[in-house]
Amino acid sequence: MNPATTAIPAESRSRYRFLVALLTALLLAMTALSVAVGYAELDLGAAFSDWLAGRATLPALVLVELRLPRALLGALVGFSLGLAGAAMQGLLRNPLAEPGLLGISSAAAFGAVVVFYSGFAGAFLLALPLGGIAGAMLATLLLYALNGRGAGTMALILAGVAINSFAGAMTSLALNLAPNPYAALEIVFWLMGSLADRSMAHVWLVLPLMLLGWALLLSSATALDGLTLGEDTARSLGFDLGWLRARLIGGAALAVGASVAVTGAIGFVGLVVPHLLRPLVGHRPGRLLLVSGLGGAILTLAADTALRLMPIRPELKLGVVTALIGAPFLFSLIQRMRRAA
Amino acid sequence: MQIEARDIAVSLSGKPVLRGIDLSLRAGEMVGLIGPNGAGKTTLLRVLADLLPADAGSLRYDGLIAKALGRRTLAQRIAFLAQGGTVHWQLRAGAVVALGRLPHRRPFADLGPSDHAAITRAMAAADVSAFAGRTLDSLSGGERMRVLLARALAVEAQMLLADEPLAGLDPLHQLEAMALLRRTARAGAGVVVVLHDLSLAGRFCDRLVLLDQGRVLADGTPGAVLEDANLARAFGVEVARGEHHGQPYVLPWRPIRREDETAS
Repeated sequence: MNPATTAIPAESRSRYRFLVALLTALLLAMTALSVAVGYAELDLGAAFSDWLAGRATLPALVLVELRLPRALLGALVGFSLGLAGAAMQGLLRNPLAEPGLLGISSAAAFGAVVVFYSGFAGAFLLALPLGGIAGAMLATLLLYALNGRGAGTMALILAGVAINSFAGAMTSLALNLAPNPYAALEIVFWLMGSLADRSMAHVWLVLPLMLLGWALLLSSATALDGLTLGEDTARSLGFDLGWLRARLIGGAALAVGASVAVTGAIGFVGLVVPHLLRPLVGHRPGRLLLVSGLGGAILTLAADTALRLMPIRPELKLGVVTALIGAPFLFSLIQRMRRAA
Repeated sequence: MQIEARDIAVSLSGKPVLRGIDLSLRAGEMVGLIGPNGAGKTTLLRVLADLLPADAGSLRYDGLIAKALGRRTLAQRIAFLAQGGTVHWQLRAGAVVALGRLPHRRPFADLGPSDHAAITRAMAAADVSAFAGRTLDSLSGGERMRVLLARALAVEAQMLLADEPLAGLDPLHQLEAMALLRRTARAGAGVVVVLHDLSLAGRFCDRLVLLDQGRVLADGTPGAVLEDANLARAFGVEVARGEHHGQPYVLPWRPIRREDETAS
């Protein structure tokens, strides 16, 4: 056998391309399905032709005001959560790292709630996502400071528990002090995580922030590969770890903070998706990024479409559904890690 | 490549680890770094690889400071093999060795023919070609160490700094790894290797540097460094000596009480 062909399997890169193409196709199909499924009867063909012709008919309005924003936000938020999960796992070199589990999502939710109550939300449009991003950034920095001192998995998870409960307590405090019970109820429902009743304005609001976050995260792919062999080796391979951390923390905070600010906390996507896809990319943390983004978008859209097809009314909140799927998954993951250790 | 360290001092968490280190390293030479646990061997290696800034002293690579040389150039010229052999994700052995080519690649570019050639050479040299397609968790500790050694060789750097590359290797692969490092030096690269086996250090290295309590206790030919007085002072052991096929070997025999130990 020629050793040149055995060192790096030649099919590895074409397999990766095939996986990306497959997931992209699945994502497009899932987006189309999400647009097609809804409560109101909708003739999609008529809706599209009316919309393109600029006629403000009822089908066109349902499409543009209800269906499209929901599908697009599902894809954007899912991509953000899957990508941020894979990136955090690469940075912390820990398969349990996930924005929700580590308290990043709940800190983002708290940041958004603060903005909501302080009245800034009415002052300018970007206040809410910026509040979410600030909360996410703070939590990520805190996690990194704790984990950077050589702490292991246990310390990381405990730090996440601490951040989660602190952010949760502060959010509860805000609800406790809410001026009227109706506002408090609204916040509670928002916190559960949902894609329902969002508009295109929400899409345009978060899109640039998310794109910036994605760019920061995806540009770290090669450095995350280098980090596989530890921080010293990564630096000896020419990577600037300070800059890498800044990019990943900033990128995760932008993507997750913006997601939480418009849809509330949708947990476990960043945990489940990278875990399922990791074997398909040969466990390479760099290649895991893009496919986890695509996978996260597919999973989020699938869950959101499924809950609209379920005969349960009022419809279940998306965050509740992902938690119901994700929590047992986390149990089995911990079980498997314990057996491996 | 030449590395010149002058009067290097390093403290970690307030405790002095290295003091007044003067060291010159040059291409084509195989240097063994020996000394007891806690003598500062790993710290010195990290300082030499520009992974840890020295608190005092000067460090020059071919006459230039690291900043002037640039991160990427330094990464191409100095390969660093970390202690412990940590691999955080279960990559295939071939993919691990390919990481050694990262300093030579443009961002997002694929491996080129020269990268593939370097990877193949490194894997053959470290005797791990057969493992290329296997994931690291399916390999034994010693096999994994050899894959990591191949990773460092794949950089094809002018200077290789290896921290305990023999840890976990069986006798055959210890001998083979030492022979491989010496071949690497003969081919023109500078090699600095942290070792605990005094006989292997004496047999395979051109020069030994003995560290004790953060200082260079002895620096010279193996014969001069591995003297009874030096070994007694640094390690606190008495050694047995012998000769096989005309080559000397040194065997730690029994502990001896050190005077400065009772004083402190």
